[in-house]
Amino acid sequence: MTDAPLSSAPPADAPLAGPSPADPVADTITLPPVAPAPYADPRHPQGHPGGGSLAGLETRDVSAWFGTRKVLERVSLAMPAGGVTALIGPSGCGKSTYLRILNRMHEMVRGAALAGEVLLDGDDVYRPGRRPAEVRRRIGMVFQRPNPFPAMSIQDNVASGLKLAGIKVSKEERRDLVETSLRRAGLWDEVSTRLHTPGGALSGGQQQRLCIARSLAVSPDILLMDEPCSALDPTSTRRVEETIAELRGRLTIVIVTHNMQQAQRVSQSCAFFLATHDTPGRIVEAGPTEQIFGSPRDQRTSDYVNGRFG
Amino acid sequence: MTSAAQPAAPYAGAPRQPGHGPDQDVPRTVTAPATPGDRVFRGVLRLAGLSVFAIMGLIAFFLILRGTDALRTVGWSFLTEQKWQTAAHNFGIAAVLPNGLLIAVIALVIAVPVALGTAIFISEYAPVRLRAALISLVDLMAAIPSIVYGLWGLFFLQPRIIGFVRWMANHLGDTIPFLKVRIGDIGTSYTSSTFIAGVVVSLMIIPIVTSLSREVFSQAPQGEREGAYALGSTRWGMVRAVVLPFGKGGVIGAVMLGFGRAMGETIAVALIISPNFKAITHILENGANSISALIALRFGESDALSLSALMAAGLVLFALTLLVNVLAGIVINRSRSGAATAD
Repeated sequence: MTDAPLSSAPPADAPLAGPSPADPVADTITLPPVAPAPYADPRHPQGHPGGGSLAGLETRDVSAWFGTRKVLERVSLAMPAGGVTALIGPSGCGKSTYLRILNRMHEMVRGAALAGEVLLDGDDVYRPGRRPAEVRRRIGMVFQRPNPFPAMSIQDNVASGLKLAGIKVSKEERRDLVETSLRRAGLWDEVSTRLHTPGGALSGGQQQRLCIARSLAVSPDILLMDEPCSALDPTSTRRVEETIAELRGRLTIVIVTHNMQQAQRVSQSCAFFLATHDTPGRIVEAGPTEQIFGSPRDQRTSDYVNGRFG
Repeated sequence: MTSAAQPAAPYAGAPRQPGHGPDQDVPRTVTAPATPGDRVFRGVLRLAGLSVFAIMGLIAFFLILRGTDALRTVGWSFLTEQKWQTAAHNFGIAAVLPNGLLIAVIALVIAVPVALGTAIFISEYAPVRLRAALISLVDLMAAIPSIVYGLWGLFFLQPRIIGFVRWMANHLGDTIPFLKVRIGDIGTSYTSSTFIAGVVVSLMIIPIVTSLSREVFSQAPQGEREGAYALGSTRWGMVRAVVLPFGKGGVIGAVMLGFGRAMGETIAVALIISPNFKAITHILENGANSISALIALRFGESDALSLSALMAAGLVLFALTLLVNVLAGIVINRSRSGAATAD
């Protein structure tokens, strides 16, 4: 039907793991793998409980509706393990909806519906019987507006995920985890002397990094970031981008951004979403970031990344 | 507008011209003249606002005026005397005031958990349709006249709750002294008590506390809720981490408003209690009292001094209720949930 650019592809049950460099419009767009960096999890020194060190994320034919309005059309994308994948596109193209489908936040909106599969380590997160809380613990999320728990202290904010998920740790483990998470989020040096002060008293950029630390503390396999810097000043933005760069290879990151330079700086792979006034959002083009920005195959991608619309 | 029209004026912190001392840099007067419509509207609103003060002032003035006689007759012993013998010039609120407070406290002990549970259920758990129905039902509950609660408590609840009261007295009375019933085990030993009055009053403050708490819970920021969920929280975990801390101030305020209402509750208490004038120590025993019930029950039969004594008691209740409500207001305003979330 309307999804012409993607429909010339093999059927949905085609092999998914193999990259298809010859076919840029494959139904499942597999992005280049990234060499995983050694990753030491404080609670799982041998790696993640799942066995493999890094988990990838992949969607097959994901469509979404709000009420009767369809906002996403058959989005298939593989986000490589350990890499940073940027989702770009103009406002209203469905990329934030897509992101929220990945960790089952979409279903909390009234009237929201979806189709397709989201595979975390090959296992559908929407498989009947699977608890959303368990999915969200493995797929963390950082939001557009920093949302620390304002009355909690900085250290309680970082450790809040453990408490919310019912994970029991000793005092020493907790302290170590708070420090490790804050260091990874690039916030430790700024807050180490005032860990017991309220998280709401930090600046916006610090709050956002606190939220990143909070997400990292539960050792997710995937971290989703929904325009994490759009409410921040340039200096804070740079700090968050540095944080993303340091996290690369330790976990899989998917970031929605409106900032083309940011997408180029932080991501290794990129997917361009587009919706028009009467068609729901879908992926126009996806691939390595340098390809999307350097030699896009689709004219619309070229126009968008060069600032000619959107 | 006025300041923008003066581009030549140096802004604060601009490099000073040579020869300009610090004293010459004076803030200018900025005027914002109101339109006639604004002025009229503001006047009307100001009048409405001030009338609240006027009414409160008049009530206090009236109570002081009418209560002075009694206060002058017995002096400070008005606060320390338990008996209420106006003809013998021997009366005070040392029994009715604490007994009334006790009824209010019992009402709160029952009402607060029920109200908070209801509020959390309505704002966080109930399906959308049930939510709307429950909200109207709670509002309806608040609209039932207190005389109806009183009659219901007297004729329906009391005969049915006696079994439970007797069980508490017999099984818990030995370990928890204030639940003991020292009168012999006859039917009326357990009726018309502080406890039963408290139960009925609790039903009247449940809707207030529920309604106010639900309101603040539902204002808990969506961003923080999603933050908790995104960490893998269960719904209850989210409620504990986000909704309850956010609503804390509002809930405290709601509880205090409920407390004020419970202290002032008159007719239902007057119907249920059998009045006595000694400080209550055993809440399940027959006999209770409160200032408002005292006023309602004694109002008709009073001579001038008795009436004045009731006015003085009313003044104390008025002052106490005012104090509680003001404190509630302060708590609400200081909290995030009360301050309408500017961020």
